[in-house]
Amino acid sequence: MKPLRPPADPVARGLVRAAMSSTRDRSFSRRGLLGASLMGGAAAALSACAPPTPPAAGAVAVQLPTDVSATDKVLKWANWTAYLDYDEDTKKYPTLEAFIKKTGIQVTYSEDVDDNDSYFNKIAPQLRAKQDIDRDIFVFTDWMANRVIRDGLVQPLELIRMPHAANLLDSLKDVSFDPGRQKSLTWQSGFAGIGYDKSKVGRELKSLDDLWQDDLKGKIVVLSEFRDTLGLVMLQQGVDISKGFGKAQFEAAVAEIDKRISDGYIRRVKGNSYLEDLKSGNAIAGIVWSGDLFVLRAETENDNWQFVIPESGGTLWSDNMMIPITSRHRKSAMALMDYYYQPEVAAQVAAYVNYVCPVEGAQAEMEKIDPELAKSPFIFPSESYIKDNNVKGFRALSPQEDADYSSIWAKVVGN
Amino acid sequence: MSALAHVGGGTPGAPDDGPPQERGGRSWAPYLLLIPGTIWLLVFFVFPLLQLFTVSLQSGFPGFPGYYYRDVNFGNYLDAITEFAPHFGRSLLYAGLATFFAFVLAYPLAYAMAFKAGKWRNVMMICVIAPFFTSFILRTIAWRQILADNGPVAETLKFLHLLPGGRITETWVAVVAGLTYNFLPFMVLPIYASLERADPKVIEAGGDLYANGLTTFRKVTLPMSLPGVIAGTLLTFIPAAGDYVNAELLGSDRSTKMVGNVIESQFFRVLGGFPTAAALSFTLMAIILAMVFVYIRKFGTEELL
Repeated sequence: MKPLRPPADPVARGLVRAAMSSTRDRSFSRRGLLGASLMGGAAAALSACAPPTPPAAGAVAVQLPTDVSATDKVLKWANWTAYLDYDEDTKKYPTLEAFIKKTGIQVTYSEDVDDNDSYFNKIAPQLRAKQDIDRDIFVFTDWMANRVIRDGLVQPLELIRMPHAANLLDSLKDVSFDPGRQKSLTWQSGFAGIGYDKSKVGRELKSLDDLWQDDLKGKIVVLSEFRDTLGLVMLQQGVDISKGFGKAQFEAAVAEIDKRISDGYIRRVKGNSYLEDLKSGNAIAGIVWSGDLFVLRAETENDNWQFVIPESGGTLWSDNMMIPITSRHRKSAMALMDYYYQPEVAAQVAAYVNYVCPVEGAQAEMEKIDPELAKSPFIFPSESYIKDNNVKGFRALSPQEDADYSSIWAKVVGN
Repeated sequence: MSALAHVGGGTPGAPDDGPPQERGGRSWAPYLLLIPGTIWLLVFFVFPLLQLFTVSLQSGFPGFPGYYYRDVNFGNYLDAITEFAPHFGRSLLYAGLATFFAFVLAYPLAYAMAFKAGKWRNVMMICVIAPFFTSFILRTIAWRQILADNGPVAETLKFLHLLPGGRITETWVAVVAGLTYNFLPFMVLPIYASLERADPKVIEAGGDLYANGLTTFRKVTLPMSLPGVIAGTLLTFIPAAGDYVNAELLGSDRSTKMVGNVIESQFFRVLGGFPTAAALSFTLMAIILAMVFVYIRKFGTEELL
């Protein structure tokens, strides 16, 4: 900082000099004292914010917070956008209203999660320091659920209190990140595959190779979720993404996408906002999520939007409800999860969100709501459908792989 | 909060404490008045800055990505700077271009508002400020639609054969245009304020002394508006260099990403990227601070220092 230049006028200069010297000299020690005490406070506050330490290795008994569900009948649920049946007229969630009426638990539903990474990184420092995040249920995709469970940031479920949880589809009961579903319960599942506008593309797209053609150059968007985008590429390269692949196979898929970006086929690698590009015509094809294309069809009233699982196979992912380690309303949270596992409730939700329903018996209930939807393989895929189309889930990554792969992928998309 | 309450409660009681001091009480007043601002700065600026600095020196916990331990690891800075040098270059280049274009657009506009607008002055003022009533992100998303391949702008340019790439979005042109658009009001308002304050009689005097229009502008008008120009360029350049929304929404994946995008990605998407993100933030801050310092030293007027 430059000191003030004294004024040219000699009288003014004298006044300024006098004023400056008096204030400076007299108050110096007071200001110093004030500054020192505040800095001391800041240093103390800083040391209180030491980075949280990693969980101890092996099974250590976790001290769960005292449950106050019996006296404090509230519940806060963080979920993704457009992921629960919603009534435009009453501005309410019908199935949730029924739950509130039945149990007297006041549920606050918020669409907090817009992206696995950003939501997790927002709450992670607090969760790891075991500070309350003011949520009792959150919903993460498999791989992030894997990370959250691995780091010991969720509470175990007491399945004995959740009779309907047994309705979970057999195929989802034993997942690699949570054997026996001790800590998580599926909310919805979905596919990643190829989505395109049939009238604009003018031909059928059946495989990824059909995408990398000159007439689609610069008109393709792919998902920034690498487990889906690279998952599809790896399937095409003959890799079984559900088990045992290594860094070499991963990097081979990265190289493929890298090349397609450099050559200008892929216009952007994007999160859920790829839907905007499909709507505005910036892109007419891409790697997309199943439910979105059905929403797009309804929104644009254009049945030309097609969703296909590539010939080489597609990915299947699930989003999982979990109870954060800091929640004091564990029992209420389990009651809510249990409620959504009643087939008739699950069918109501599925009829709205159009994603794969994880509840056994919901298909029969769907017959009563909409027989057309009950037949849809994108809501109720049969076991043979999954098998015939080579639909796989991306295997759980080890912590080191998680870090390495996310950093490799960040380079591919340019940051 | 409690600190503020304490200060608030203490002030009225101060004169009653102990025997009245001779003249000494007077010098307390400015410092008492400074306390709320100082506390604000300490809590919301100095403390987060120190916190960010400690994070930038942390190291990853071996075997536990996403966990860190206290360290003095200046290697984070070296890695961050060498790896993301192109992003720094792009940030400074795009911010510089945006500042230049904003200046070129803003000066005539501010001049017209200050001297020529007459009764239209308020209308023009509202037109400059009105975009602030809508969120900056929403407006940028709106530009994506306006500049879309099938949108009016791209179609017109294609018709005139002025769009060789066939698209506007996902190019650096769109990013610079977005930055220029978003920060234009920050350039217009200070220039307008300094021109509006200028005495038109002084400019008239230039003519009376046989200077032609250009000379009057160069020797009289421009120097009078210089504080506004400096303030405007700083208000445009600094946030533009740290911006990532325009590059994210209007740019492409590799060739147009700026430092802000890397910080966002290291912080939110890469597991174990916290120290890199913090080191990048600090480096960006240091670079901008150094540039601003040199700039003000070279062109600055006393009013700014």
